Amino acid sequence: MTLAATSEAVIVAPRPRAGFRRFARRNPTIVAGGFILTLIALLAIFAPLFAGDAITMNPALRLRPPSQTNWLGTDHLGRDVFARTVYGARISLLVGLSVSAMSIIIGLNIGLISGYFRKVDAVVMRLMDGLMAIPAILLAIALVALTRSSVSTVIFAITIPEIPRVVRLVRAVVLGVREAPYVEAAIAGGTPTWKILLRHILPNTIAPLIVQATYICASAILIEAALSFLGAGTPPEIPTWGNMIAQSRLFLSRAPWTIFAPGIALALVVLAVNLLGDGLRDRLDPRLARRM
Amino acid sequence: MLAYIARRLASTVLVMGIVAVFIFLLLHLSPGDPAAIIAGDNATGEQIAAIRKQLGLDDALPVQFFRWLTAVLRGDLGISIFSNEPVLKLIGQRIEPTLSLALTTLFVAVSLAVTFGVVAAWKVGSWIDRLLMVVSVIGFSVPVFVVGYMLIYVFSITLRWLPVQGYSPIDQGLWPWIERLILPSIALGLAYVALIARITRTTMLDVLAEDYIRTARAKGVATRSMLLKHALKNAGVPIVKVIGIGVALLIGGVVITETVFNIPGVGRLVVDAISKRDYPIIQGVILIFSGVYVLVNLLVDLSYTLLDPRIRY
Repeated sequence: MTLAATSEAVIVAPRPRAGFRRFARRNPTIVAGGFILTLIALLAIFAPLFAGDAITMNPALRLRPPSQTNWLGTDHLGRDVFARTVYGARISLLVGLSVSAMSIIIGLNIGLISGYFRKVDAVVMRLMDGLMAIPAILLAIALVALTRSSVSTVIFAITIPEIPRVVRLVRAVVLGVREAPYVEAAIAGGTPTWKILLRHILPNTIAPLIVQATYICASAILIEAALSFLGAGTPPEIPTWGNMIAQSRLFLSRAPWTIFAPGIALALVVLAVNLLGDGLRDRLDPRLARRM
Repeated sequence: MLAYIARRLASTVLVMGIVAVFIFLLLHLSPGDPAAIIAGDNATGEQIAAIRKQLGLDDALPVQFFRWLTAVLRGDLGISIFSNEPVLKLIGQRIEPTLSLALTTLFVAVSLAVTFGVVAAWKVGSWIDRLLMVVSVIGFSVPVFVVGYMLIYVFSITLRWLPVQGYSPIDQGLWPWIERLILPSIALGLAYVALIARITRTTMLDVLAEDYIRTARAKGVATRSMLLKHALKNAGVPIVKVIGIGVALLIGGVVITETVFNIPGVGRLVVDAISKRDYPIIQGVILIFSGVYVLVNLLVDLSYTLLDPRIRY
């Protein structure tokens, strides 16, 4: 930043609107991704107020093309595709948020301990290597197929394969700062280990974890849709994008809207989360940003 | 070097051992009785007891694990509950379509992605560079099955250029085989191309900024030779590494792509097994797919020394 810009910032208190405009100009991807996500989240939350009925079948109105009454047409059971697509956002966002929160919390704990205690590290990292060797979708399929399918099973099944990625990231950060002078000073000063981990090491992991959380969220939404599509996800009576596409498979040539509406919604959400993630990465971790 | 290979092999065996434990525990530590799961919802108590006995579920877990492991090492992945055929045989019957799809996608995607990445790095900011950004954004955001259905809709249903779905074995003619693999390969390969092309572009950008590239250009090395011999060769290690990591993407994608395009491969086998709760099949396929992934990454690690003589172990 130039000297002129800094002194200006000191003299003139920035107006909030101008501040936002500058933020948007410098971080277009964060703003674009955040905007799309907020919009979809609002639609999902307030779905009961405007979306209409997503469940009731109406065989007389099956496979109708988009019209004034059914904005995105109807599916093979005469259900409104628009309503189902809007309700589908609820499950996708719920799964994305829950999986990223859970895998970060579990992975952070394991990673902190593994990175700090060398003896634990050897065992934990081998376990994580083993877990990472199983392709995520297959592991999730196996976990769901074992238990009765429900939204919480799906969340659990997608969380497990994401944990090693968080553990590895946190461990790398811990290994990087463990020998730092301020940590050694804390040890020499007799600070208890839990306090060192919490006060001196944990804060270093926050920025990369925020970025990681967005990528986990995107991947969780994609895996949930894939699981539902393959019939190993949320129960078929719940309107999710994956279920909608799976149920409309046979009607692709007669009623493409039944597949493309949830498909485009899915792509849009994942795109928004990825944009947000890329923007946050550029802002929080310039070293990594250059690599991608 | 030999010591390194030995160490790397040992760690591969260890990882596969851990994978085996995980896959074994999946069935045995899950809530509910595996015998009851296998027997289905309408089974009587006697039927469940018979299955328990048949599977040896009354023994201690470690005993069961070693019995299962020795069987697997002998090539016995168990018997399908539904069709009563050995799992390995079922997988063998369906391996050709899966291998065809995976290998063509791998080959086409890697050659496309590397070319794409090299040209994008060479002409930074050009239309091809921007096209790469668009492709990678789409590749990372649009799921395989959505891309697949869009391709089918446009090229098979609307334009009628290609068959809608299915698979034709290679010994029944080359063209029918290729024809039915084009759309699945594109759908499956898109994310893979995006991943590899992006890494190729960034590593190439780093290498192209090196002094020896400037030297090569200054002494009049032709552009093609400069890009391929001087630059790409030095960018090899990260590119090969991401090709290996990306195989996981390919394996997960194969399962979905085979469902979209109705290809009777190993992926369909496992998807059909989900609804029937045919556990030995799910277990066997996961074990084999994980083994392939671990093996590919072992080869990738070992190839570093060939790609970059500076790496010594």
